[in-house]
Amino acid sequence: MSQFKDLTLQGLWKNNPGLVQLLGLCPLLAVTATVTNALGLGAATLLVLLGSNVAVSLVRNHVANEIRIPVFVLIIASLVTAVELLMNAYTYDLYLSLGIFIPLIVTNCAIIGRAEAFASKNAVLPSAIDGIMMGLGFMLVLLVLGAMREILGQGTLFDGADLLLGDWAKALRIELFSVDSHFLLAMLPPGAFLGMGLLIALKNVIDNKLKQKQAIEKGSIARARVTGAAQ
Amino acid sequence: MSFKIASSPHQHNQRSTAQIMFMVALACLPGIAVQAVLFGYGVLVQLALAIVTAWCSEALVLKLRGKAVLVRLKDHSALLTAVLLAIAIPPYAPWWIIVIGTAFAIIMVKQLYGGLGNNLFNPAMAGYVLLLVSFPLQMTQWLPPLSLQSIELAPWDAVCAVFSQYSCSGFSLTQLQTSIDGVTMATPLDTLRTDLSRGLTLDESRQNPVFYGFAGAGWLWLNLAYLAGGLLLIQQKIISWRIPVAVLSSLFVLSAIAALATPDTIAGPLFHLFSGGTMLAAFFIATDPVSASTTNTGRLCYGALIGLLVFLIRNFGGYPDAYAFAILLANMAVPLIDYYTRPRTYGHRTRSELK
Repeated sequence: MSQFKDLTLQGLWKNNPGLVQLLGLCPLLAVTATVTNALGLGAATLLVLLGSNVAVSLVRNHVANEIRIPVFVLIIASLVTAVELLMNAYTYDLYLSLGIFIPLIVTNCAIIGRAEAFASKNAVLPSAIDGIMMGLGFMLVLLVLGAMREILGQGTLFDGADLLLGDWAKALRIELFSVDSHFLLAMLPPGAFLGMGLLIALKNVIDNKLKQKQAIEKGSIARARVTGAAQ
Repeated sequence: MSFKIASSPHQHNQRSTAQIMFMVALACLPGIAVQAVLFGYGVLVQLALAIVTAWCSEALVLKLRGKAVLVRLKDHSALLTAVLLAIAIPPYAPWWIIVIGTAFAIIMVKQLYGGLGNNLFNPAMAGYVLLLVSFPLQMTQWLPPLSLQSIELAPWDAVCAVFSQYSCSGFSLTQLQTSIDGVTMATPLDTLRTDLSRGLTLDESRQNPVFYGFAGAGWLWLNLAYLAGGLLLIQQKIISWRIPVAVLSSLFVLSAIAALATPDTIAGPLFHLFSGGTMLAAFFIATDPVSASTTNTGRLCYGALIGLLVFLIRNFGGYPDAYAFAILLANMAVPLIDYYTRPRTYGHRTRSELK
């Protein structure tokens, strides 16, 4: 149970792929112009991450060490292809609006990173949990960034959610304010970088506050860990 | 008896940062006056808004960072940023344009990098680029000079126009931009760019009334006023002559060559020197002591790079004027330029002696 709790904390906060490891920044910055896009890509990444962690963990004892990276990439690529075909079939409009970034999930460092650092060394269940939590952490960052940019950029939330969730989701669209001229910067890539920087700063502020409050035991080194939870 | 101990350089002039910043802002006054007389009083409203916003945002961030507020406000650097941004944007842009731009310049570009002296980029120009990228429509609505406007603007119309986008008597900005013939008028650079993209030649485009003289109605005087202010700054040894001279001469040489090669599509050097923001940028903005190059050779390279970028973007890029982009790009190159142009320190051997 404590391992589960630890994996959750690592994935969602302490070792968050978006905010701490800074992995997968390309999709993170490119598709977060609206919450819907962020949710779509986040869900796709979560699925691939879960699948790849489970598959890698299953084959970890049968793959020679020297060829493990090509094998991992093959596994990830086939999973991404499957997800891409699924999105093409069921959420076609979203598939069009995400475009190249769905196939590019293959190159998302967060996925190969987890496969190499965690799944290739752990049993199936912890690997699956790790995949889910890392995927959720990534998706949360995407969602927050997407919400910030959508609100600043066009004053709405969940615009076009029906592309992902079906017709009923049109009711989800919230119009917070309407202006004649949109704040284009928030929707353009520089806005994504600025927003990302602010989010990381915010996380550091919160961490520092927590640290001061608890006056944690000495010797804890605040350092981004890319290699996964120590075992 | 006590000895005063100071580190090198031992030669001082007694000017403080605050005095320098304030002198630069003062030297903008002739330009501001000309702009107010020729283009209407909108610029004064923008100045007031910008200065108030700059002081408020500077005070807010300093408070958050736990620094002494008043001491740093008194160095006038926020004031100067506000002034430069306010005279760079269209005088009748809506009030929130200048508020967003100034707040971004002070908070994000200056204070988040560590305050005065630590910012990589020129705050005023970064604010300008933010506005130009985010609100292209509002940022390109320059009214023609008052003498060309078909509708008379009273002084208080400036306030109405900035806050509501309508003059007090109810004319919209688009109506104000329209000449007696019903043609919408823009800045000379903008007009030239549109005409050239429509396939007109330079001479055909020049028939437009916004081209009065060789630089465009009003713009010649505006640039001359900034030139005068800039020369005063050089005479007072507040800015080095190297950056403005390098900017202007590289722009002059490049546009002279290009205009000789293709006289139908590229305007001559005098047009480039006295249109748009050339003098303002060359003397007041590119010379920012924080974000510009600091070595003598480096300043020449830095200025020449700005001139080159402006020439390229004005003639082949996507925007009619280009100083903000050129200066930001050159700011990025400054560490490299400074690294390769470090002067020989006294007593050390020159590079050729080392070989």
